[in-house]
Amino acid sequence: MAALTDLTIAEARDGLAARKFSARELAEAHIAAMVRARPLNAYLVETPERALAMAAASDARIARGEALPMDGMPLAIKDLFCTEGVLTTAGSRILAGFAPPYESTVTGKLWQAGAVMLGKVNMDEFAMGSSNATCAHGAVENPWRRPGDNRPLVPGGSSGGSAAAVAARAAIAATGTDTGGSIRQPASFCGIVGMKPTYGRCSRWGIVAFASSLDQAGPMTRSVRDAAIMLKAMAGHDPKDSTSAPLPVPDFEAALTGEIKGLRIGIPREYRIEGMPAEIEALWQRGIDWIKAAGAEPIEISLKLTKYALPAYYIIAPAEASSNLARYDGVRFGLRVPGQSLDEMYENTRAEGFGPEVRRRILIGTYVLSAGYYDAYYLKAQQVRTLIARDFAAAFERCDALLTPTAPSAAFALGEKQDDPIAMYLNDVFTVPVNLAGLPGISVPAGLSAEGLPLGLQVIGRAFDEATVLRVGGVIESAAGFAARPALPPGDG
Amino acid sequence: MALDKATVARIAALARIKLPPSEQEPLARELSAILGWIEQLGEVDTAGIEPMSSGAALRLPMREDEITDGDCRDKILVNAPAAERGFFTVPKVVE
Repeated sequence: MAALTDLTIAEARDGLAARKFSARELAEAHIAAMVRARPLNAYLVETPERALAMAAASDARIARGEALPMDGMPLAIKDLFCTEGVLTTAGSRILAGFAPPYESTVTGKLWQAGAVMLGKVNMDEFAMGSSNATCAHGAVENPWRRPGDNRPLVPGGSSGGSAAAVAARAAIAATGTDTGGSIRQPASFCGIVGMKPTYGRCSRWGIVAFASSLDQAGPMTRSVRDAAIMLKAMAGHDPKDSTSAPLPVPDFEAALTGEIKGLRIGIPREYRIEGMPAEIEALWQRGIDWIKAAGAEPIEISLKLTKYALPAYYIIAPAEASSNLARYDGVRFGLRVPGQSLDEMYENTRAEGFGPEVRRRILIGTYVLSAGYYDAYYLKAQQVRTLIARDFAAAFERCDALLTPTAPSAAFALGEKQDDPIAMYLNDVFTVPVNLAGLPGISVPAGLSAEGLPLGLQVIGRAFDEATVLRVGGVIESAAGFAARPALPPGDG
Repeated sequence: MALDKATVARIAALARIKLPPSEQEPLARELSAILGWIEQLGEVDTAGIEPMSSGAALRLPMREDEITDGDCRDKILVNAPAAERGFFTVPKVVE
């Protein structure tokens, strides 16, 4: 039998049901893997006792024949999710020591579905970054290495700890959040599946806010089927989040029929950006060939405002962030740095508590919202956002899903692109438009770069049509047959 | 549009982030580069276009204005950097 840490959620579910192993054994194997993976700096907090107690409850339910959909599944939780009584810092010094008195809706639903918490995982500070280099608690390493080159690579971001933990088999799956690509880009960099659901599919209640009109939680897994299982457990209407959709949650797993005959798949021509590496273009073409072979019809479409999505995002997201992050003032939680006056205490606390990228974005957001610039920047960006959403709506009149690359490159080395914020922002050129339009998207590992690193393809769907996104993603997954493994942890033989 | 040091100092004050004078110049350069790149939005004709302010196409729901939570003062104060007799405390604000 395969090592317990190699199992997918679907396989572990079957194994538990057949009593081949217990939830306790599954938890113990993952706790050991979490400890072995410490050099990656993926976990910020380990909760092994809690994991074992939750696993014992799962075993009791399974013994009674009352197994829940996620019973016994050991998960890593992104540090952006509030977990009752367990440190939640959003990767920032300003939330040092914060143990929330409540549980986020999404993690609460996962525990209610029987899942087991292994610990909290690292991320870019306040989810602002694409490399996990902006973590206040040190950078996360990607478990992948270029063959013959031992230099550490970034896991992508902001859900980099989540992606690294799942790729390194130190969690069966993880939660992530995606504001501009923060689930899909690290999934692509680490060779796993990452899904951003439709805005409103999962409750944002209890998730530390970055940009409220863009943030969305989603699953990070090692298979498309696992993404379907886990999304079902995470999703659903929540009266505590007025933007969560009062819609029924379909059985996403049932949508994985492998049948996409007759579907029309849009290929946006503007995604062939200048300077795109030939291997990304080639991977994309392979993806088009795969869906064609499965009986779907690729059709060229136009998303003519693609190049304006990133600049619009870098107004909207910092504007919302500058407002959301105003609450970190040294009064109610987290860090306080004393000052002579109340204002000086605020200023000292925020100067010391926020890292350079967060500070940069708060300042940009403050500027674009300030008197005299609001119309020129913020209103303009919101109007461009309307046009971007209309472009997608027009595309979806002609097709059922879109197929694109996830990111314009494979993982890069730690330290690269650090001194040029705009070069870093370009990582999200293919993912940001999806957040602006509020649509669902998935990244599926589809091949290796010439350097031997994973590359993902992205499937984008209509709002609340995650089922089609998963179905097409499943076909890509089967055709790609991605079986490569990261260098870490070293294989057993 | 290029930001000067004075503008950076002003927005840092608005954002309540202390900025040593030595950091104003480099930050002005960085922010100017980002804003310069953002300004390509000017090429898009947005005359008469409604701004999109939410990720959801839903109407915001209404509910009764009633108390749904409470009686958890101590739970909330547990994370306070400074609290006294059931209150958050801050440096003196009234002379």
